[in-house]
Amino acid sequence: MEEKGNPNSIKLPDTLEVFRNLKNAKQFAIDIGGSLTKIAYYSTVSFRRVYYATDNLNKNDDKNKDDKNDKFVYTYSEQARLHFVKFETKYIENCLDFIGDNLVNSDERKGKSIKATGGGAYKYSKLIQDKLGLKVDKEDELTCLITGCNFLLKNISDEAFVYNRNGSPEYEFQTADPHVFPYMLVNIGSGVSILKVESDSCYERIGGTATGGGTFWGLGTLLTKAKSFDELLDLAEKGDHRKADMLVKDIYGGDYETLGMHSDLIASSFGKICPRQNAGTKGTVQSLFLRHEGYLGAIGAFLKGTEDCDGDKFSWLENYAGSGSNRTQLSFGKRVDQLELDRWESPLTFCPLLKDPSSYIPDTVDLNSDKEAREYWLNCFEESIENYVNYAIASQPASDTAEKRAAMFKEKFISRVQLLKIKPFAYGNLTVRGLLDTINQCLKEFDFPDPYLTQKQTENEYALTCLQERLEELDSLDLEERQKELIMGVLAGNTFDWGAKETVALMKTGEFDFKQARNRIPARPWLIDSLDQWVEKICNKPYKKIAIFIDNSGIDIVLGILPLAREMLRQGSRIILCANSAPALNDVTHSELVVLLRQIATICPIISKGLDEGKLKSMETAQGGPCLDLSRLERELANELITVDLIILEGMGRAVHTNIDAEFLCDCFKLAIIKNRWLAKRLGGDMFSVVCKYESVNVAN
Amino acid sequence: MQRMLGMLRKFATGYGSRSASVLTMGPYTCKECSSLQTMEQSHTTVISNSLANGMSMHNNHFNGKIPPMPWFGMDIGGTLSKLVFFEPKDSITAQTEDETQLLSNVTKYLTKNSAYGKSGHRDAHQQMDNVQICNRIGTLHFIRFPTSEMNNFLDLSKKKGMAASVSTVCATGGGAFKFEDIFKNELNLKLCKCDELDSLIRGLLFTVASNNNECYFWSQCTEDEQCSTQEYTFQYNKYPFIVVNIGSGVSVLAVYGPNNYKRISGTSIGGGTFLGLCSLLTGCNTFDEAIELAANGDNVKVDKLVRDIYGGSYSRFGLPGELVASSFGHMNSKEKRAQVSREDLARATLVTITNNIASIARMCALNERIDRVCFVGNFLRVNPISMKLLSHAMDYWSNGSQKAIFLNHEGYFGAIGCLLSFDERFKE
Repeated sequence: MEEKGNPNSIKLPDTLEVFRNLKNAKQFAIDIGGSLTKIAYYSTVSFRRVYYATDNLNKNDDKNKDDKNDKFVYTYSEQARLHFVKFETKYIENCLDFIGDNLVNSDERKGKSIKATGGGAYKYSKLIQDKLGLKVDKEDELTCLITGCNFLLKNISDEAFVYNRNGSPEYEFQTADPHVFPYMLVNIGSGVSILKVESDSCYERIGGTATGGGTFWGLGTLLTKAKSFDELLDLAEKGDHRKADMLVKDIYGGDYETLGMHSDLIASSFGKICPRQNAGTKGTVQSLFLRHEGYLGAIGAFLKGTEDCDGDKFSWLENYAGSGSNRTQLSFGKRVDQLELDRWESPLTFCPLLKDPSSYIPDTVDLNSDKEAREYWLNCFEESIENYVNYAIASQPASDTAEKRAAMFKEKFISRVQLLKIKPFAYGNLTVRGLLDTINQCLKEFDFPDPYLTQKQTENEYALTCLQERLEELDSLDLEERQKELIMGVLAGNTFDWGAKETVALMKTGEFDFKQARNRIPARPWLIDSLDQWVEKICNKPYKKIAIFIDNSGIDIVLGILPLAREMLRQGSRIILCANSAPALNDVTHSELVVLLRQIATICPIISKGLDEGKLKSMETAQGGPCLDLSRLERELANELITVDLIILEGMGRAVHTNIDAEFLCDCFKLAIIKNRWLAKRLGGDMFSVVCKYESVNVAN
Repeated sequence: MQRMLGMLRKFATGYGSRSASVLTMGPYTCKECSSLQTMEQSHTTVISNSLANGMSMHNNHFNGKIPPMPWFGMDIGGTLSKLVFFEPKDSITAQTEDETQLLSNVTKYLTKNSAYGKSGHRDAHQQMDNVQICNRIGTLHFIRFPTSEMNNFLDLSKKKGMAASVSTVCATGGGAFKFEDIFKNELNLKLCKCDELDSLIRGLLFTVASNNNECYFWSQCTEDEQCSTQEYTFQYNKYPFIVVNIGSGVSVLAVYGPNNYKRISGTSIGGGTFLGLCSLLTGCNTFDEAIELAANGDNVKVDKLVRDIYGGSYSRFGLPGELVASSFGHMNSKEKRAQVSREDLARATLVTITNNIASIARMCALNERIDRVCFVGNFLRVNPISMKLLSHAMDYWSNGSQKAIFLNHEGYFGAIGCLLSFDERFKE
């Protein structure tokens, strides 16, 4: 509405929030629709990451093996990222110019092509060729759409949702489901096509109608004089009842008092509806919408021309820091929306031990529907963000820009929280896990790859000094007492968590040690207490292969988890310690764990032997947050897990915020100290309540 | 005996400034029938439920007796009211002189005129002779007037002093509810309410059975110039078939037997939408005017075709270039808007709504695995454009396996069925 006349006069600002990382853009695709154009490009982003000098020493350098000075350095690594930008087609010339100007090396583009789809692929073919110097390959629209839809459903969590007009919550997101097919795709573009999709390669158009979005727009324009699609939508949204009733009266002579067709029109403005027939619920048809419906064609076109997205080699993760929210658009005078997907360099898969993968929901609390929990956690994160800021700045003392970047991080996160307070559904299901992931991604975005790095180091070093004593203490106990004490140790260790607001205060005093923590563990019976069953089981029949999903650095891992692992090694079990792939708070990362295990091996011969014999190993989970989504595990780890007969989940993030209700095909032990007063109360306990939940498959049956 | 006559006369000279628009029944359903009908969460169903709520349509005011003449059947639709009048032609005399006199006056008035004022019309060409109802032989006359004239009609009838001797009239359609109290309070006339869809099916089956040349189809509907109507022998005693009733709204019924049908679908985008939108877009006032405009327009200027998007046909998915891809799809462009006429807009509106109905009908036929689809309702009156489009769509998308059938008495089946409601042969 505001841009009359020449759309070319619009200026793009210098500090760009959109079209990021254009310099490294390697491949383009474009979906030009009648109203909106979507550009997809593949690019790499440089990230600082912490690199352990010893990471690859094992392979080629024996003499450094005993080097205790495992040094870390910051290195830059490249991460592949898919960028999608959406804007009104009338600005296409601006945008192409902008892209053309910002691509560094035009020689590289020679002879290369851009995949194009959508109605406008034909019309703007020459323009694209002229502006970008890329050959235009036109791709079939509906095929791209389906390819894009498959890609999103397989890769992006909470992609599909049910919309309940008067429901609470208004949006219900679908959890990841290993079975995507078959589904019906109703594509409401200018017209409507109905497609039946049975697999990546098998689909047909089974129907359609010319009465679609174009009709809404065309008729709407004739009837209301609105100038743009958005204006029309705004009108329709405002008009609601009054307008619908008027129409209804016009048509039906005033006798029919109901919402008429208005809601239909709004529904079609959402774009693509995707009713999917779920394999589990035969016979029921659900109308699902997609969060990124607008990008299907562009994604599909992009996938047509690339090897960089092979589902067998990679997987993708929505970057919450870089993506605009659903229907809330970043703006600089005109509406532009964007989506960014980070590539994970290996395929992710469901944990093979889940009892029912298709009904698995990682998160314990759905903050979309639970208003009280939502308010608490949003405020909690808002208040505790200062901690992150301080750690971020402290982690880079040599940097001039750390403070500025930290301030930007804070601003970004706070504004996100503000948005989520108004639109909790903006990024799919709102969960504690999602919020923690967002913090992590935002930190990374502002070049704070690992704010707790030194903290973790210091705590590990301190804990290592106490290890010998702790092991001796444990070894002096008889078998049964030792088993109990080992679990008490894990719980005491788990108290040390820099992610928990209330323990942070305690830990900041510097006088809170393992023994104190051990004494703080409440008297039994605990909130959830199956310690006796555990002890009975473990004293009588050890497990063959155990996977432990570990939590914090320092006392937690060194004095809590490792003595337990040591005991299990002694019993003849094989142990896999599953650690995060990327840093999150003070959680142990896989590469840190490798170093740490080597250090512990010098103290404890059992650990050393276990490592040498391959009975104790560290594996990465592919997670980069303090929680655990068992539907997205590193495939290598998933393969190992198949033969595991006990899975241990440790800590609030992995066993309470997520997975507390998860059911497994093997025995499972969930151990955590609840270090959040509100959450403890919620679960019917108090601060430092204990979750000690041992579930045996045999007992259950 | 003067009542009816006076009423009709007044009506004839009275208030009808708007001439007849079309459209028969809206998509009402009936409470008692709902078990038979597939209820879906369409707006039409919501409407129909609210209408039918708490009312019984199966009151038998006649207690099994055949009522005194004159016999009327009335279908008071959302836009148009349809009146069917039975003129006995056999030699049986009435029981009372009053009855004879009233009947004779009514008959004389109705049959001597074909227009009643500006708004009432008798469709003389639809008159059905040698019809047998309740063992009487006679002629059916068909009259329509806009439902919007109902209040004037009632006012005048009242002024004329309608007394109490003719006490019950069979009526169906939404108006049978809407005007029930008024009929009772103002005219002391009871409306014997019949379910609309029951009436529709009853009337349709009766008409097809009574009338050999009731049905027709459009042959060669792909070639506009050669397209013409051909008589169709409808094997009415063969089931199932689908009835698409296009009134203000649209109901789609699957008929499995004389008393066995279900409402399988419907849409609120029907004849009323056409007239409403057309009025908004072109300023026209009547259905006939809207159809006239549409006949002289070209929707290609308004609609976006497949070829406008793909430069040709979209062969990968079998979509020809001439196919409308997006109805009104050109109208978001200022330049295109400047080039279209009222006629083009009317045509596009008609094509959009017709195609939408065709699409629903086709899906229904496919789902139910039924190949005969009867299109009825007053939307089709004087509307060969829509009939050809429907024929074409059914034929093209089904590769000739589905057949669009049309009936001469397009909008009157509800009123006919209503008139038949006291005939024992049609009791359920």
